[in-house]
Amino acid sequence: MGIQLYRIDDRLIHGQVVVGWGQPHNIRFLVLVDDLVASSDWEKELYRMAVPPEMEIYFADVDAAIRDHARYASDPRPGILITGDIASMLRLVRGVKAIGSVNLGGIHHRAGRAEKVRYVFLTPDEEDQLRALEASGVEVTAQDVPSARARPLTEVLEGDFK
Amino acid sequence: MSETEGAGKPKAIVVGHGQFSAGLVSAVGQICGLADKLVVLSNVGQTPQDIEATLRDQLARTGARVIFTDLPGGSATIAARRIARENPDIVLVSGVNLATLLDFVFSSADTPEEAARAAAERGKASLIVIERG
Repeated sequence: MGIQLYRIDDRLIHGQVVVGWGQPHNIRFLVLVDDLVASSDWEKELYRMAVPPEMEIYFADVDAAIRDHARYASDPRPGILITGDIASMLRLVRGVKAIGSVNLGGIHHRAGRAEKVRYVFLTPDEEDQLRALEASGVEVTAQDVPSARARPLTEVLEGDFK
Repeated sequence: MSETEGAGKPKAIVVGHGQFSAGLVSAVGQICGLADKLVVLSNVGQTPQDIEATLRDQLARTGARVIFTDLPGGSATIAARRIARENPDIVLVSGVNLATLLDFVFSSADTPEEAARAAAERGKASLIVIERG
């Protein structure tokens, strides 16, 4: 089992993660990788209370997640690892060198970002970071919920669909 | 119930996934004509920062002191918890349903917290498995 999904999602823990992916995949643990959240007891408590009782949640900054990745990967339970931004996932992938695929689950609009998919907006720098992820051998797809089609990165970057 | 009886400032914000809150508030309007007591918000397409900013704006604009959300672990609930943490007079209720809102819009409780607590109890009591026969 171990990590079933490596997801980039700026909402971190929310309904799509806990219910949308969590229920059909029988997810039993979450790893929230975020430098800010990991450094704040209040933030950790906020997200801990958002997780149903059958799921365990671990908090880590990116360095700690790299260090502890083997433990998450060998966990007998199915889990999801989440970062809130592309840069954190890129650091993790480069540090771990054992991540085969990354899911784009939600990167929402803000100044400087262009719409690629309904739930994925990217700056030119973020596009480059995703290309770098794929160039390192990681399959990158956009898929908000399990019932949606996983869109390959090339299709996402073309941005010619909504 | 005339339409004018429902006129007045909103008492609560209802926020959730998709069209959840719009549907619930529409149902309140259909049943009792008091939909104007509730502000409809959705998390669709919004960052966590957007949701929080929109909630803060609506609380300031309307004077509402109660926020109803759908899922305890949803992004709207997390945003609302950030606001409630700084504002002890804000009351947050997650898991809202139609019975909760109907009780709330008719409430004559002295405080928003009393109104919200009573409404939440009514909502819990409405969730039942109807026995056969």
